[in-house]
Amino acid sequence: MSAQIATDAAPAIASYNFAYLDEQTKRMIRRAILKAIAIPGYQVPFASREMPMPYGWGTGGVQVTAAIIGPEDVLKVIDQGADDTTNAVSIRAFFAKVANVATTTRTMEATIIQTRHRIPETKLSAGQVLVYQVPIPEPLRFLEPRETETRKMHALEEYGLMHVKLYEDIARHGEISTTYAYPVMVEGRYVMDPSPTPKFDNPKMHRSEALQLFGAGREKRIYAVPPFTEVVSLDFEDHPFEIQTFDRPCALCAAENVYLDEVVLDDSGGRMFVCSDTDHCEDRRAQGHRGEMAGHPLETAK
Amino acid sequence: MYVAVKGGEAAIANAHRLLASRRRGDASVPALTLEQIAGQLALGVDRVMGEGSLYDPELAALAIKQSRGDLIEAVFLLRAYRTTLPRFGYSEPVDTGAMVIERRVSAVFKDLPGGQLLGPTFDYTHRLLDPELAGDHPVAEPVRGEAPSEKALRVSDILAGDGLIEENLPSEEDSDVADITRTALEFPLGRDARLQALARGDEGFLLALGYSTQRGYARSHPFAGEIRIGEVAVEMVLPELGFAVCIGRVRLTECQMVNQFKGSAKVPPQFTTGYGLVFGQAERKAMAMALCDRALRAAELGEDITAPAQDEEFVISHSDNVQATGFVEHLKLPHYVDFQAELDLVRRMRAEHAAAQATGRQDIATDASREAAE
Amino acid sequence: MVHAAYEGGFANSVLGSQGLFRTLMDAMARPGTVHPVTTLASPPAGLNSTAGAILLSLCDADTSVWLTPDLARNSEVREWLGFHAGAPVTGDKAAADFAVIADPCRLLDLGAFALGTQEYPDRSTTLIIAVEALTGGDLMELEGPGIDGRIGIAPKPLPPGFTAQWAANRARFPRGIDLIFAAPDAIACMPRSSRIINQPGV
Repeated sequence: MSAQIATDAAPAIASYNFAYLDEQTKRMIRRAILKAIAIPGYQVPFASREMPMPYGWGTGGVQVTAAIIGPEDVLKVIDQGADDTTNAVSIRAFFAKVANVATTTRTMEATIIQTRHRIPETKLSAGQVLVYQVPIPEPLRFLEPRETETRKMHALEEYGLMHVKLYEDIARHGEISTTYAYPVMVEGRYVMDPSPTPKFDNPKMHRSEALQLFGAGREKRIYAVPPFTEVVSLDFEDHPFEIQTFDRPCALCAAENVYLDEVVLDDSGGRMFVCSDTDHCEDRRAQGHRGEMAGHPLETAK
Repeated sequence: MYVAVKGGEAAIANAHRLLASRRRGDASVPALTLEQIAGQLALGVDRVMGEGSLYDPELAALAIKQSRGDLIEAVFLLRAYRTTLPRFGYSEPVDTGAMVIERRVSAVFKDLPGGQLLGPTFDYTHRLLDPELAGDHPVAEPVRGEAPSEKALRVSDILAGDGLIEENLPSEEDSDVADITRTALEFPLGRDARLQALARGDEGFLLALGYSTQRGYARSHPFAGEIRIGEVAVEMVLPELGFAVCIGRVRLTECQMVNQFKGSAKVPPQFTTGYGLVFGQAERKAMAMALCDRALRAAELGEDITAPAQDEEFVISHSDNVQATGFVEHLKLPHYVDFQAELDLVRRMRAEHAAAQATGRQDIATDASREAAE
Repeated sequence: MVHAAYEGGFANSVLGSQGLFRTLMDAMARPGTVHPVTTLASPPAGLNSTAGAILLSLCDADTSVWLTPDLARNSEVREWLGFHAGAPVTGDKAAADFAVIADPCRLLDLGAFALGTQEYPDRSTTLIIAVEALTGGDLMELEGPGIDGRIGIAPKPLPPGFTAQWAANRARFPRGIDLIFAAPDAIACMPRSSRIINQPGV
């Protein structure tokens, strides 16, 4: 150990194992993933490791990806739906370095997509795995901060508290005021946190053809939704679940029924609304779709 | 093979380059050496080793240099390195009773076997800035005494002879000691896992919690039974040999708080203890840890849980500064997708609110005109 | 025959484990689908190569393995497992993380393995059943998460009374064991979430 730094040479990346994690850690995570798949929506505790990026910055997703990735994989990493957000760039560069895998920004080409806060607009297919970065995996955490209590609630399928909370929303605001991390019921058994994706994305989880894996590093939990699994957003008969709608299409590619980012253009109220999913937007523009602000400088900046 | 490249990568590379330059500072000033950091900022190094859970002063010094003196960042660097190291096994329990003592104080006896030994302490220094330290003035050789002839019995061992203090029984022979670096925490914790979490817990957080118990939030009437600092041997049983061999020495700080306990139906009144054990010279941390350990034993001792320091899930879930830093600082990552969802909701609710207000005003106006007409 | 223990591990343990795990993950996520595997490991006679490779890719000193009595008595198998995986062999089904069933013609009590608890249903045994083939047996029709509609699978041989055993396992959900069928050339899985909806062999 001392010899390493005495020679002034930082440990070369080659001295780390393929995909950074040691094999024993990978086996531990892989066992947790198999159990997570077998019990859809149940949070499997795992001995999360310290990673070379901070907790809260995707360490759970990174550990899941590191445990499953192989040399044949093509990796896409998105944050807020975009491939070029700094943390997505950083995580993608990490895997390009430690696993020497091909990376892509194209949803269709990826075999593993690691994401924070969005599900791609393009429908995912059977050969793909979507890995979510999860900050707080426990959907009941904000109603009951104690793990000892929430674990009991899941064990007993005691989800009344969640329905009370949602109903209080309706009483106060006339609607359920949860806009992201909107809780879902998986296969009629476990209430699950979909990670802080906007509720717009919830329907994409339902009976998805892709395997969905969720990693929470700081909270040390892994959970999963297998393909073709029932994922239902919690609601009430008289207040059915609804997703966000936008009253205009993407300003660059004219896409409708996609999630849009609001971009502030000036200090006098100028705004434009563009696709949050940058790959989807680029793809559409390449196909010749043009929005009302196509050619805007923002387009080249993206 | 192809790699997706976007503008963000250049920005990150440039930021790191600027960071490296700022870290080096004025190039006309000699760079710090690891020997200087390990030798002259030794208590910072000790803190990084303790909370980083890796005993290696040289690597801790490197981490402090790399982190520009941000000790929590240095702890993080050390932890991320530690996690990649192969694990050969577990040491035998260290015997702090056999410590080569450098400092040893007890607040509960005027004198005791082995004596009181002040050692290298800030205690009783007058906190006056010393201009001499701005330069490199020669320092007088420390005074060295004779090695004590009598063994420095631990205060808990002295009290245990009279049955005045609870016995610290070792856990059952067969039961494995918890390892919080290898398994997910499962509440309620055993005391072994809890002490491990406290040992790597943030000094400031534990200090504040320990302090809160002194101010009445779970008061435990603590006395500093003993604080000792010095080196102990680390021994490990090698399977090939079948017996324990010494593989090195580490400096530790141990604190035993002695606390009041009224007793119960089964147990006569006696003193209880809170325990702190930390790498290096880290007295404040060891004392805070001991106060927290005692407070967290509330359930075990049948005491009411009324204060934050007694709440195991609360204390342990929030004591790790690497976790806390990461999650607090993750708020600077983009959250604009979720913010958009909230923006949309607030705008809609405001529109509905305004509409309701307008309807309300109309109703009032109608009532007023009706009144006027009557 | 000490040397037998040192041979027959993965040629490339990092990528061999990764590749096999991905196959297993896909098989567990899509119950009943058959996934071909190449021969990665050569365990001593008595343990089929696929079951051996699965053990090497998932087990280590942190997991205990239960073996059917014939295998448990086979010192070569135990030594092979110890050398390549470092996994302790247990005689207690209810304490096993993994279990290998090498003689599926015998009666099997799924309820005797670790089933997990309501709070921690993940703490259950994963059963690896070594079969001759994943086709040619009685056709089981499955439904559940991971399955688009229904899917048929016909591993051969199956323990007698397996359908009733599985129904009991399914009824314990979220507790229960998960199952990997290991044929010499292919893998298929049945997690506890899968339901058998027909009466195979009737």
